[in-house]
Amino acid sequence: MDANTPLYSFLLQLGDNALILGHRLGEWCGHAPEMELDIALTNIALDLTGQARALYQRATELNAQGKTEDDLAYLRDVPEFRNVLLVEQPNGDFAHSIARQFYFDAFNYFFHEELTRSSDAWLSGFAVKSLKEITYHLRFSSEWVLRLGDGTATSHEKMQTALDDLWYWTGEMTTPSDLERQMAADAIGPSLQQIKSRVNDRVNDVVSMATLQLPTGTWMQSGGKVGRHTEHLGFILAEMQFLQRAYPGNEW
Amino acid sequence: MKEQNLEAHFQAKIDAEIKIEPKDWMPDEYRKTLIRQISQHAHSEIVGMLPEGNWITRAPSLRRKLILLAKVQDEAGHGLYLYSAAETLGADRGDLVLQMLNGKAKYSSIFNYPTLNWADIGAIGWLVDGAAITNQVMLTRTSYGPYARAMVRICKEESFHQRQGYEIMLAMSRGSEEQKQMAQDSLNRWWWPSLMMFGPHDGESSHSEQAFKWKIKRKSNDELRQQFVDATIPQAGLLGLTVPDPALRWNAERGHYDFSPINWDEFWNVVKGNGPCNRERIAARQKACDDGAWVREAALAYAEKKEQKQIGARQTAAA
Repeated sequence: MDANTPLYSFLLQLGDNALILGHRLGEWCGHAPEMELDIALTNIALDLTGQARALYQRATELNAQGKTEDDLAYLRDVPEFRNVLLVEQPNGDFAHSIARQFYFDAFNYFFHEELTRSSDAWLSGFAVKSLKEITYHLRFSSEWVLRLGDGTATSHEKMQTALDDLWYWTGEMTTPSDLERQMAADAIGPSLQQIKSRVNDRVNDVVSMATLQLPTGTWMQSGGKVGRHTEHLGFILAEMQFLQRAYPGNEW
Repeated sequence: MKEQNLEAHFQAKIDAEIKIEPKDWMPDEYRKTLIRQISQHAHSEIVGMLPEGNWITRAPSLRRKLILLAKVQDEAGHGLYLYSAAETLGADRGDLVLQMLNGKAKYSSIFNYPTLNWADIGAIGWLVDGAAITNQVMLTRTSYGPYARAMVRICKEESFHQRQGYEIMLAMSRGSEEQKQMAQDSLNRWWWPSLMMFGPHDGESSHSEQAFKWKIKRKSNDELRQQFVDATIPQAGLLGLTVPDPALRWNAERGHYDFSPINWDEFWNVVKGNGPCNRERIAARQKACDDGAWVREAALAYAEKKEQKQIGARQTAAA
């Protein structure tokens, strides 16, 4: 199969979202506000990195160019990554990490819920398994939006700032790219227009329950899905890919 | 019962290999010793996350990254589990953590050494966890019940950690010339600190004698150290790596390996805060504590609000 088939690119895009967000969460390990949070954030990092691995493995099965899962993670450069811009944003304070997680989880949950109905049997099986993990992620991040939003005056302010700061990275998730339109037309991927209102409703519910305000700005940043990233991704890759780049071809 | 009788009863139980449980009477000194030892162990797990956490973002393959994430997560779990064991003795986790941050309580000095190349992640699993297991297997038979049971569980996970560490060393020692060099460099740096993990010679350890009588400890530092050396040397041989000790040789008469004297000057300096990373490690834990304060306060405030609402709802329902 040609490396550029839409399904191959689609698998990589989903894998990249999971890999990069998992990487960011891994940065917290040992530095979280509570030991229990160290465990929880690492858990989500493990789930996401595991999902990325499964998606890359599937991609390598479809494409007989002899690439491995690690080639995909460690030997592509910034423009070849297709993750949304939101997941590469820095951890910031705990509120920023929670806002990033919550916005992504809300999208990811409804996305995978639809993906369980994919006409591609492998993807639908993957979605069923991942949805269990993502359900927990969304519960975790929603609960923390509530705790921080409705906790103390300080936490309320920090949580509001984080929601505001990250807002304009969110539109990209539910705005379909050409690839996603085609995947939806082939009944392989979800229709993003369809899930958009469900995502928005859930985000609205949690944010208002947390006594917070959802930002109203309508100008959204985009580019990740076509490989045009923020400055942050280059640094993530420089760190993540260091050993594979410095010692090419070695087994670890 | 009089204090004297209580103490005799307590010692009789220990002599009969009956575990001491949280609600049993125990001498103050026994309680203090255990709180000190268990919390030191807990602190070591938590601080130990840092040198390994260092490499999570640079792990060289997805498989290695997942294993390392899971391993460091296990350590956080061990820390929690051990703090809980210390709390059964009346200690408070917050106070214990504070003692570690202000330097009153120690953690294992090994974590004051840096992780400089990927093989260090292998060496920590193989040597540091290997040394820890040697000590912890003994502690599964310690006289205080909750501590002994915690050790059973922790030992199971630690032996998995040791295997994955050895597997990294194996992959690297069979890899490229550069990887072999990393593996050797890593063994050179971690060997002696690993032997120091067992603590000073028996005669110089201030707590040994009483700890034996109370069966908190069942083997001496030197016995455990020798046991570790004997088990580890053949493993180094399989890797084709050289243990950095010219005096190391098998002593058929003793049935043990002989090895050079340990540099106790270095040991005591690292204990006193002069290791390469002491300041960094404490600063990282202090920063996590300070930066997280508002999060912990928010969680507490939210829980209280929720409870108040529930009480209010119940009162309304009752009225």
